Amino acid sequence: MFVLAGIIVALAVASYFLAFRRAGHWGETQGLKHLPRFHGNFVVTWVLLASLIGWAVATASFIWVRKKPESLDPALIDMLLADQPFYSLALSLIFASFAFLTVWFSTKAGTAVRRWLETTQRRVMLVAAMVAVLTTVGIIASLVFEAYRFFELIPIQDFLFCTQWSPQTAIRSDQVAAAGSFCVAPLLVGTLLISFIALLVAVPLGLYSAIYLSEYASPRIRTWTKPLLEILAGIPTVVYGVFAALIVAPYLRDSGAYFGVSVSSESALAAGLVMGVMIIPFVSSLSDDAIQAVPLSLREGSLGLGSTKSETIKRVVIPAALPGIVGGVLLAASRAIGETMIVVMAAGLTANMTVNPLEAVTTFTVQIVVLLVGDQEFDSAKTLAAFALGIFLFIVTLVLNYFALKIVREFKEQYE
Amino acid sequence: MTLSQEALKRRAKRRTAETRFRSYGIIALGIAGAMLLTLFFTVFTTGISAFWRHEALIEFQLTEKRMKIDPTASYSDADYEKLARSAPYNLIVKDAMYALFPDVKKRKHKKHLGKMISYGAEIALRNAVLKGKAHVGDNFKLWVPVSDDLDTFLKGYIDASLPEKKRRVKDNEIEWVHKLQDNKLIRSSFDWGFFTRADSREPEMAGMGGAIKGSFYLLLVTFLLSVPIGVMAAIYLEEFARQNKFTDFIEININNLAAVPSIIFGLLGLAMFLNFLGFPRSAPLVGGMVLSLMTLPTVIIASRNAIAAVPPTLREAAIGLGASPMQTVLHHVLPVALPGILTGTILGLARALGETAPLIMIGMVAFIASVPDSIVDPSSALPVQIFLWVDSPERAFVAKSNAAIMVMLGFLLVMNGTAAYLRHRAEER
Repeated sequence: MFVLAGIIVALAVASYFLAFRRAGHWGETQGLKHLPRFHGNFVVTWVLLASLIGWAVATASFIWVRKKPESLDPALIDMLLADQPFYSLALSLIFASFAFLTVWFSTKAGTAVRRWLETTQRRVMLVAAMVAVLTTVGIIASLVFEAYRFFELIPIQDFLFCTQWSPQTAIRSDQVAAAGSFCVAPLLVGTLLISFIALLVAVPLGLYSAIYLSEYASPRIRTWTKPLLEILAGIPTVVYGVFAALIVAPYLRDSGAYFGVSVSSESALAAGLVMGVMIIPFVSSLSDDAIQAVPLSLREGSLGLGSTKSETIKRVVIPAALPGIVGGVLLAASRAIGETMIVVMAAGLTANMTVNPLEAVTTFTVQIVVLLVGDQEFDSAKTLAAFALGIFLFIVTLVLNYFALKIVREFKEQYE
Repeated sequence: MTLSQEALKRRAKRRTAETRFRSYGIIALGIAGAMLLTLFFTVFTTGISAFWRHEALIEFQLTEKRMKIDPTASYSDADYEKLARSAPYNLIVKDAMYALFPDVKKRKHKKHLGKMISYGAEIALRNAVLKGKAHVGDNFKLWVPVSDDLDTFLKGYIDASLPEKKRRVKDNEIEWVHKLQDNKLIRSSFDWGFFTRADSREPEMAGMGGAIKGSFYLLLVTFLLSVPIGVMAAIYLEEFARQNKFTDFIEININNLAAVPSIIFGLLGLAMFLNFLGFPRSAPLVGGMVLSLMTLPTVIIASRNAIAAVPPTLREAAIGLGASPMQTVLHHVLPVALPGILTGTILGLARALGETAPLIMIGMVAFIASVPDSIVDPSSALPVQIFLWVDSPERAFVAKSNAAIMVMLGFLLVMNGTAAYLRHRAEER
């Protein structure tokens, strides 16, 4: 396998020098359109591209081979599947050699090879830019495809209108006990509850931090305090999860017990509080941008009429910056809804349909993780349900993001 | 100017409101700072002890009889190694413990005695024999790790005043370990192996070497995929793309991808890369592919900003001297934009390093007791390892997970620090 990879690299290097030398023999050292290095770069670009294409073709054919089509000899299938990397690389070597020969014989002395080269490069860049589109398409396709299979098993009205979430399906067909009930309502309530608590923490803290930093703080304080919020944004969510599960949740439970209130050891409150701390930077940085975008003349007008600084902020700056702030809050909300690790570690796994923040609730993301961790067969409703939840999550966050970005963009245009 | 009584009152009220409003901001920042400090403080205090472990100096008797090696027979090297490898080291360790405390006769107590030493002792002993440091037939003294319960006790996390039934370390074990301590046979040493060993079911033998290497492979794949694709996409969008609907569509896609929850990328990896394309489960290759799709928007946006910040005079000069548009970009614009691109890339990679949810989706959450050798081996990653250890019931694992958090935050600090330094240097220029 490594030998093959080595041969491909060697072919690429060799093709560069061969084309370079041949162009030199042609005496193509004058014209800017066909310098020897353009010849070299052109052939090496195509050799590498072709080997990539060959590898992609091989990978695609293996999808087909793995289904064991009857038109293929079983022995051949076994042989191919036994060493997939080797055969993929072999195909990419064949493609690369073919590309080398084609380029070698199609370029002649005097070919405007620079233009060919640059067209190729530009097209490769276009393909790279398309990767983002392909990713979106891939996400939608995989979610829709698997979710469609799920809704074939479970009717969509059973998924939307009911109150029970217990995804334990029967493992053997003769088991009667657990029929499995898939219903989003309890998950939706749980997700909204936790996100609401998080926003309750993050919006005041983030907004007041942003106001203080942009309106009151001296540049010195600003340079020292801003990294604090950046650190909050840079801490991995799994660390927040550990903090919620090991510190905040036990603390809430103990203080609840002290006051005679029963707090579940995996409460929505613990997860929501920590998530709130996590999304403070989202609220504060976008609010900060919005507040700074408000023209100075508005402030000066208000101050000139005799209002105090805080009155100016409350009555003039914040109303003017409101769209930007709302955009930030929406983005933070979408972050909270899609956040996984904190809720997996601190919010609990059982689906309670409750709005009591002291009880354990579960969310979309938690259930996706629960459904997909461990042994999975890809045709059970249990596994496929995760993709149905994924679609739900994707749409909700997409809509929130869309409106958030739209509001922020329109707000920016207003003051430009 | 004289103010009426009422106006004075109003002014005082407004001034108090002013101070109050200002203090809200300070309080908000204070709460955020306090949270951050609490987080760091608890991680540090819980995790710091996991970098050390207690070891006991034990004398092992490597008798031929116990080793099942016949002193009279002559073995080939391969046979000898096989015998030395498969010798019952667990019994040798137990024998050594019984020899230390010859008074212990009861079977139950002997069992407790055997439990005091980690199974790491067997591995250390076998390695010593295989490397020729210890010779069959001799006695051999070696510092070996104690069991995790004993280690937790020696670190002071088990309260000896609790009733015996409620703690995992029994009275007789405490008595023995005090005896060992009196004879200076117990020491606490920095556990360098914690950074190189793979995960294990036994807390005292579990290390984060596998996770570090797994994370390294993940970031390598992410870097190799997201940087070329991201930079090329950025060049295209910034320098060559015409302003039309299609370009707008690409841009909308990039912006939306940046805000898609990470777990969705995990679902994509599971459905596309694992089920449809048949890539290996739990491998850093697939993890890296998923993470690179996630970091791609960050890299593209940062690269575009860096390219857009290059002064247009540079482009005009290059074009004026006869360079083609592609040459202008590759030879003149890109080198100037490179620090900015690098900064964005490092920040994107730092985010990818801490990402957990998508890795769980593609099966990197499995228990893996070996250090991965390549990007297609099943592997763990730092954040997933932290998640797995926190879920374990043993207290020692919780300490280890906090220690792993410290290491991960250390890596993040280095990465973000480098990015900040690069940005600072670029700004100075």
